[in-house]
Amino acid sequence: MKKTYQIEVDCANCANKMEEAAKNTAGVANATVNFMALKMKVEFEDGADEKETMDAVLANCKKVESDCEIYYE
Amino acid sequence: MNKKQKKMLLRIIIASVAMLVLMWIPFGEALWARMLRLGCYLAVYLIIGYDILRKAAKGIYHKQVFDENFLMAIATIGAMSIAIYENGDYTEAIAVMLFYQIGEFFQSYAIGKSRRNIAALMDIRPDTANLLTDNGIEVVEPDDVVTGSIIVVRPGEKIPIDGIVVEGQSTLNTSALTGESLPREVKEGEEVISGCVNLNGVLHIRTTREFEESTVSKILELVENASSRKSRSENFISKFARVYTPIVCYSALALALIPPLVLFVTGNGHGFSTWSDWIYRALIFLVISCPCALVVSIPLSFFAGIGGASKAGVLVKGSNYLESLSNSRYVLLDKTGTLTEGVFEVTGIYHNRDIEKETLLEYAAYAESHSTHPISKSLQQAYGKELDLSKVSDIEEISGNGVLATVEGKRVAIGNEKLMQHIGLSDEIQTQTDAVGTIVHMAIDGRYEGYLVISDRMKATAKSAIADLKKVGIRQTIMLTGDSEKVAHKVAGELGIDRVYAQLLPADKVEKVEQVLAQKHHDKEMVLFVGDGINDAPVLSRADVGIAMGALGSDAAIEAADIVLMDDNPQKIAKAIRIAQKCMRIVYENIVFAIGVKVICLILGALGIANMWIAIFADVGVMVIAVLNAIRALFVKKD
Repeated sequence: MKKTYQIEVDCANCANKMEEAAKNTAGVANATVNFMALKMKVEFEDGADEKETMDAVLANCKKVESDCEIYYE
Repeated sequence: MNKKQKKMLLRIIIASVAMLVLMWIPFGEALWARMLRLGCYLAVYLIIGYDILRKAAKGIYHKQVFDENFLMAIATIGAMSIAIYENGDYTEAIAVMLFYQIGEFFQSYAIGKSRRNIAALMDIRPDTANLLTDNGIEVVEPDDVVTGSIIVVRPGEKIPIDGIVVEGQSTLNTSALTGESLPREVKEGEEVISGCVNLNGVLHIRTTREFEESTVSKILELVENASSRKSRSENFISKFARVYTPIVCYSALALALIPPLVLFVTGNGHGFSTWSDWIYRALIFLVISCPCALVVSIPLSFFAGIGGASKAGVLVKGSNYLESLSNSRYVLLDKTGTLTEGVFEVTGIYHNRDIEKETLLEYAAYAESHSTHPISKSLQQAYGKELDLSKVSDIEEISGNGVLATVEGKRVAIGNEKLMQHIGLSDEIQTQTDAVGTIVHMAIDGRYEGYLVISDRMKATAKSAIADLKKVGIRQTIMLTGDSEKVAHKVAGELGIDRVYAQLLPADKVEKVEQVLAQKHHDKEMVLFVGDGINDAPVLSRADVGIAMGALGSDAAIEAADIVLMDDNPQKIAKAIRIAQKCMRIVYENIVFAIGVKVICLILGALGIANMWIAIFADVGVMVIAVLNAIRALFVKKD
């Protein structure tokens, strides 16, 4: 399953860090952050729960960049 | 400006004014005066930097040591401490923070602006659809329109969903999709694609696709996803950024410890001032250590380049293709549909002395009147008059050879040489050697009467397109075609194409691409293949970069190609290459400029020549200049 989310982040380097953080989250097969479009595309692993996984993704992103936001539901 | 930016601007103004005022107040040397002075400056420092300090603290908590907030906090706190000890210049620490914030503010503003620019460029997404229901017209989200519904498009509105016109006629402006403002006439029964703007009449359209599957959605998705296919330059920069910051930070640590230790051991140290001098130099390193200028400007250049290209009707599916495109040296072109119109027309009629040209053409048109083959169509078109189908009878098709039919009581045979052999006339065939194209022989009542030459018309822009390719640095142009050698060489000669491979089957084309791939001198040289997207998907994917042209409305082409030209003008190939070259030039400029300035400032800092102000320029100034440079990729020269 692939989903695209609107995100908010201020600097390009932070967007790269968010991408890394999202990729290293359990349940995420792959993730790409498009800083210019302010979008995060997440490819979930089979059977991963979207809400739970995204909670974890956001928590991990907040660790690397406290000033970021991901809009999912 | 959003709320966040306004707040930041206010903080910048307050801090700047407060700092300027404080600089003019004589505080004196008494302890209380020193404390008061420290208090005042500290207040200004906190006004401008409190969020950085807070983020730095959070960073430490999450073990993000090379976070730029952390670096900025260390650098300014260090500078403050040195100033406290010396009762010296607090303004430097505040200025570093102040300029850093100004830089961040400017970056956020500039990126916001370019984001809006690019978004406006791609503002082809329709917001609503006028659905025709039993109760009149209802305005709905395009997403909610079921396939097969009737939608109404008024003049000035965008067509939201692909479909077929069921009522009305109008002129469409396709410029949002193709970059060319060539109006297109549409009437009942014709297919229309989403994203075109309806110029005059009201159109009723029966939708043939869901919104998500419509051309406009596909194009937007394609362009938005383009940046996830990263180019080599982008990968280089993210790798560089990952090692650059730690290296500079460790160098800073080394700079703060090793030289003063050496000085003290050798007996050249002068107490604390030696330490503070080297610590100051180390702090300069920390300020320069942020890789933001590179990290933001390289992807931004690609994003702007892709945005600018899509405005010109060139859809690029990824930054990597833009990079490859700029290095293209060999271009393989398909003939039919790429260099020629793919539309056949009668270009020559050769007839016996005792039969009129028009009569021959008339018989030809009638004999072929029941066929929809492009060649038959071209005969009917050349004849140009209405056909009375009752005049034709006894049609007998001989597959692959031609047609036998009775027209007004006469037995007409029309087809290739094999057909003439079939009816025993092979000895009568005459063809002049200069005839180029498909030759259709005709016999009437068993007598050979002449032949027609049918050829594909060359595109008006084909010749200058090939010349343009040479101008943008293409070493060799190669034409691939299934046509005969004779036709192929004539076309190639007229257009100035370097090499020709004729009589190819689709599978042979892949082989030819592989041959060219094998003979290139250098890995960096790229091989392009340009086709019309029909039947050439394997070739498109085999070449380094596959370009499909005339893709308006053809999903197969959009899927298979790396780069899609929305209209069928071959001049767009060179234009796409120029856009790519400009974009790559900007990318390299930014890489060299940003790394160059940083390295120079690091050296100057280590030698004690550069101060904080120069360090701030190396960080923020470079970033701002690089961002502005990146935006240039957005603008595509009109020609």
